[in-house]
Amino acid sequence: MWLTRPLSERSTQLFLGILFIAMLLVTVLHVALPEGHALHVSAYTVTLLGKYLCYALLAVAVDLVWGYLGILSLGHGAFFALGGYAMGMYLMRQIGDRGVYGDPLLPDFMVFLNWDALPWYWQGFDMAWFAVIMVLLAPGLLALVFGFLAFRSRVTGVYLSIITQALTFALMLAFFRNEMGFGGNNGLTDFKDILGFNLRTDATRLGLFLATGVALAVGYIVCRAIVASKLGRVSIACRDAEARTRFLGYRVERVQLFVFVVSAMLAGVAGALYVPQVGIINPSEFSPLFSIEIVVWVALGGRATLYGAVIGAVLVNYAKTVFTGIMPDAWLFALGALFVLVTVFLPKGIAGLLPSLRRPKVGDDPAAPGPGHDPGYDPDHDPDQAADAQSPANREATV
Amino acid sequence: MSILRSLTQLFVVCCLSLPLLAHAQDTREEGPALLQALAEASSADKGDVISRIAKSGDERARDWLAAFADGKLSRIEDSGQFVIVLENRGRNWTVADALTGEPMGEVSRRELDTIRINNALRRELDSILSVIDLTVNNAERRLEAARALRGRVDAALSKRLAELLPDESDDRVRTVLQDALAIYRLEQGDITAVAPLSGSLNSEVRAALTSAARSDDPKLVAAANDALASIEQKLKFNRAAETLYFGLSLGSVLVLAAIGLAITFGVMGVINMAHGELIMLGAYTTWGMQQLLPGQPGLALVLSIPAGFLVSALAGVAIERSVIQFLKGRPLETLLATFGVSLILQQLVRTVISPLNRTVITPEWMSGSVMINEALSLTLNRLYVLGFALVVFAGLMLIMRKTRLGLEVRAVTQNRAMARSMGIKATRVDIMTFALGSGVAGLAGVALSQLTNVGPNLGQNYIIDSFMVVVFGGVGSLWGTLVAGLSLGTINQLLEPWAGAVLAKIVVLVFIILFIQKRPRGLFPQKGRAAEG
Repeated sequence: MWLTRPLSERSTQLFLGILFIAMLLVTVLHVALPEGHALHVSAYTVTLLGKYLCYALLAVAVDLVWGYLGILSLGHGAFFALGGYAMGMYLMRQIGDRGVYGDPLLPDFMVFLNWDALPWYWQGFDMAWFAVIMVLLAPGLLALVFGFLAFRSRVTGVYLSIITQALTFALMLAFFRNEMGFGGNNGLTDFKDILGFNLRTDATRLGLFLATGVALAVGYIVCRAIVASKLGRVSIACRDAEARTRFLGYRVERVQLFVFVVSAMLAGVAGALYVPQVGIINPSEFSPLFSIEIVVWVALGGRATLYGAVIGAVLVNYAKTVFTGIMPDAWLFALGALFVLVTVFLPKGIAGLLPSLRRPKVGDDPAAPGPGHDPGYDPDHDPDQAADAQSPANREATV
Repeated sequence: MSILRSLTQLFVVCCLSLPLLAHAQDTREEGPALLQALAEASSADKGDVISRIAKSGDERARDWLAAFADGKLSRIEDSGQFVIVLENRGRNWTVADALTGEPMGEVSRRELDTIRINNALRRELDSILSVIDLTVNNAERRLEAARALRGRVDAALSKRLAELLPDESDDRVRTVLQDALAIYRLEQGDITAVAPLSGSLNSEVRAALTSAARSDDPKLVAAANDALASIEQKLKFNRAAETLYFGLSLGSVLVLAAIGLAITFGVMGVINMAHGELIMLGAYTTWGMQQLLPGQPGLALVLSIPAGFLVSALAGVAIERSVIQFLKGRPLETLLATFGVSLILQQLVRTVISPLNRTVITPEWMSGSVMINEALSLTLNRLYVLGFALVVFAGLMLIMRKTRLGLEVRAVTQNRAMARSMGIKATRVDIMTFALGSGVAGLAGVALSQLTNVGPNLGQNYIIDSFMVVVFGGVGSLWGTLVAGLSLGTINQLLEPWAGAVLAKIVVLVFIILFIQKRPRGLFPQKGRAAEG
């Protein structure tokens, strides 16, 4: 029941409506119009849009932990990449004996490295259902273990951000190693088909695009449902005043752990849908830069709104496509400037510029911060505590 | 004492050269005859002629024999003139007169008749040449020759060496010669030769002992095994010392990179993700300095120390004024904004200078290494960086503990409102502290330019490590940063032999992640009121 409740919210209806119309439009323009027509949407564009939607789902996952739990994860790229690798392994096994070396069992890179047997962790990936489970399980387990250790020790704030960054950095180094059995530097690529459909055909691409759209819609609804539930309210309370929530008797670390794991799984799904559309997964997805980029999508769109994350992800990535096309050198300038300008001048993001959407029906949306609420709000810098907020040592101590 | 010794040496040299000078006239005439004999002797007789040449005392004998050994002693067919081939590539060879040493330009290869040599002769020549080298005046050259002899002594040579040994004045040369002789005796199965060899770290000594340990004589085998064990022990110690040195060196790099962050993040609580780029700016300042002062890399490097500090400090102030001051008390936003700054700085360097790595020249007094013994030598540049790191650390400690700025910084950190009401200009302190931390990052860059490539990504490689070091050491504690940096560097080096460089790094990262979860406030948590907030 709780899962369907967001469907009655106006903002969710609006979001789903726009998403549905957009997907319908793309499909119609792609299928119905002949190639060469001015309004025809090429297969390339469809895949590109599908990629944006994957990023959007990833941004929603980050917004769930950052916007509603107050945890700035600089390592969500790791969950995204793990989901991607799980899907990549399935796609690799689907190649079968059509690889360059024609080995029926081993992927090309293993033949190249003179491996004679499939490593144990590659077992089972020839079955789609197993891969789907792993897409959820791999990032979920990592988030569970990592989150359990971190939240139990009450590592929060900047410390958590930095160790999440270290986590993804360590994973990146690990996946770069050939001995890991994930293709090393080159990653997994050269995929042929998914569930029996050829990945190179336009129809499969359109199907993946639509599947991504559906995943985004479901992910959005799940996040909205969590946020609107009782658990979501506690999580918002954690964000705004962790210590007070704990004193009220809530098990803060359990809430944090639950939300964190769900977010990691969503990121994994986004990664799994991303890989067949892009056609490659390699360790660069683990790079700290990518993870921190995700955060800026959310920051630009507006924290704690979910739809803001989607807007931010699509806008920034569209800008990236345009910029890297015409002025590759300027992109990092633009991205850097975006980081600075958004945080300094637009703390509420684009969503903050859309006041009409943010006016909830009374009691409908406890998550949306009321007027005058600072989205960068942090219990440690209550005006009355501002003097102490300077020292990070104090930050820990307030807990 | 040393004057007396040099006078004696001078006297000895004079006495020795007097008869030589008187002799010179004769040998000039004897030379051609000897070469003639060498050219015409059968390969069996050549050995004789060689020893005659070696004993002739002719100062050109060494060059002749060396050329002969290389197959470069030739005779011009028509004139019968002996020449030394300097360059034997192509159709025409560059030659010089063997008797006068004058260059003669190029001669066609066909006109030259090379004096033949076989392998047995070559071996004989090698030892004769070494003996000649052992009689030169320069002690360093004698030492080099003696080192080359170890493991190559045969019966004839051992006699010559035994004769030379009592006259040898240099202790180091004597030790090496004794080792060389002992190796020979060991090869002959002499058990008394084991004892003097047992402390040596030389690989030839080890090889000789290893083969002795495989001999038939059980006593010799036991003795050799004992000696090998003690050598192994020593080697192990030296390897440990080397690992420790590399570990401390890596640690000092980490400390340098992190110590500025310990000020801005640890003391001020500002998350500056552009810290790595401030390091990069320092490194590029060194490069720029060297471009400004071509040919004087040493001077440029020394000047870069203040220049790097200034450049990075100014950049730091610019960042503080333009971005960080607006985000006071919002650490996560500060993190994002400064990350944006770091992207801009990186791209700026890529666009303005080059996306490729720049080479920074290492001045002569910093290159090379200090040899402690045959198994252990310390590279000088790392030694300098280690020292530099400690100096920078000491300087920072002094500033924080003994100056007014340090006092004000600590006051503002502990209680900003109270400090302001005592008349401290908090904003000014913020700027100064940030400038100090950034400037130190610049210093780190200057030092790093001597160890790694200077490129736009230089800083990126250190930012995560730096944060790890600061957090591991305990935020706000400079001592913690020092201890954390040095110990992480050492741990990394200890792990490397069995895990490989990348895996060692991963293990260290995972270790820190777990450690922070166990002790969130690091190795040296702040105590007292400051920590209680």
